[in-house]
Amino acid sequence: MKNNFFATTAGIICTGALIGLLAILLQKLGNPGNMGICVACFERDVAGGLGLHRAAIVQYLRPEIMGLVLGALAAALMTGEFRPRAGSAPIVRFVLGIIAAMGALVFLGCPWRAILRLAGGDANAILGLAGLATGVFVGTLFFRNGYSLGRSSAQSTVTGAAFPFLIVCLLVLALVFPQMAGQPQSGPLFYSVKGPGSQHAPFLASLGIAFLVGFAAQRSRFCTMGALRDLFLFGSPHLFLGLFAMFAAALVANLALGSFHFGFEGQPVAHTVSLWNFLGMVTAGLAFALAGGCPGRQLFMAGEGDADAGLFALGMLVGAAMAHNLGTASSGAGIGAYGVEATLIGLGVCLVIGFAHCRRA
Amino acid sequence: MRTIDCRGLSCPQPVVLFTQAHKENSTDPMDVLVDNPASVENVSRAARKKGWQVSAVEAADLGPDVVRLELRR
Repeated sequence: MKNNFFATTAGIICTGALIGLLAILLQKLGNPGNMGICVACFERDVAGGLGLHRAAIVQYLRPEIMGLVLGALAAALMTGEFRPRAGSAPIVRFVLGIIAAMGALVFLGCPWRAILRLAGGDANAILGLAGLATGVFVGTLFFRNGYSLGRSSAQSTVTGAAFPFLIVCLLVLALVFPQMAGQPQSGPLFYSVKGPGSQHAPFLASLGIAFLVGFAAQRSRFCTMGALRDLFLFGSPHLFLGLFAMFAAALVANLALGSFHFGFEGQPVAHTVSLWNFLGMVTAGLAFALAGGCPGRQLFMAGEGDADAGLFALGMLVGAAMAHNLGTASSGAGIGAYGVEATLIGLGVCLVIGFAHCRRA
Repeated sequence: MRTIDCRGLSCPQPVVLFTQAHKENSTDPMDVLVDNPASVENVSRAARKKGWQVSAVEAADLGPDVVRLELRR
């Protein structure tokens, strides 16, 4: 079989450290605080850029999302790992994507951002990461009881290429209708003129850096949810080493650059409502576990031709839009008007999905 | 010979199924069928950790991208 350096212990550690450093670089280049890369936040911004929600401060076609998928696609094509596949409970994966995005936006970040927030000194992230670990742990209980969404099967190239094609369409849209200084719209696209959506690294830097991340992550199978799951389920630290390396590299970079500020209050794009920082990520963590990957990993698998993972990502896009349209998303001021309901209903739906797909009761 | 069919399954299920089979019988040889590279790596890593010798054989006759992981003591 082919030798894959990235699949070794050194490979996963290098990938994690690379992601941590590049994320801090993106922050230096203009991305919001502790948000060098946040898949949930950036999918929310993409939803806003397309007008799927009209929260004016979070609208931008984040090139990071495109780069992550295209980098993984390139890696998969170069190594013969582009494998079109689908058919493992697609609509359940779509629903899990919706729930994952809504839960993550109660906390205000995906697992990647939870790591970056902690590495920047945001103590609220401790609650989020504890919630993530709890949600993933509950997921492993289902796996111990035979949980499975069923087998996928090989599909046509068109099916496998559909999600990457959508991503290319986003890229073309962003290039044809670029941001114009001070303007909230460019052609059909929406652009934030203030707030997190207005803070971003230069387009090509975001795209290029995310491409590198996507490439390395596809090769190494980097997954923040899998890091915790494999630790709980098998006692395997392999992926966790990558997660820890990401944290360590981001922390060192923040300390070196003077951008580490420890505390609960006054953290960038964060609130201090601890219970819901925790529970939002319990819900999201369980959704990631049941779907088999963190939001980043789902994008990489979608880049490899996994249309089910692509549907999860589209579910997150829709969920992020709904989170703002329905008032379930948090903001720096606190949780949204319906954040509690979204978190609890999402958790309930995840539990139903979990129990319904266990082979042995 | 035991054969554990993990075709179409993604992580962590192939490793879960391997681990169950290992617990039931940790000496008799077994073959694990997987069809994605991540599962090849994950099952191989888990099996080696438990002392199995692993050889991966491409088995296209069993479906697209199928690899037979031959686990021996």
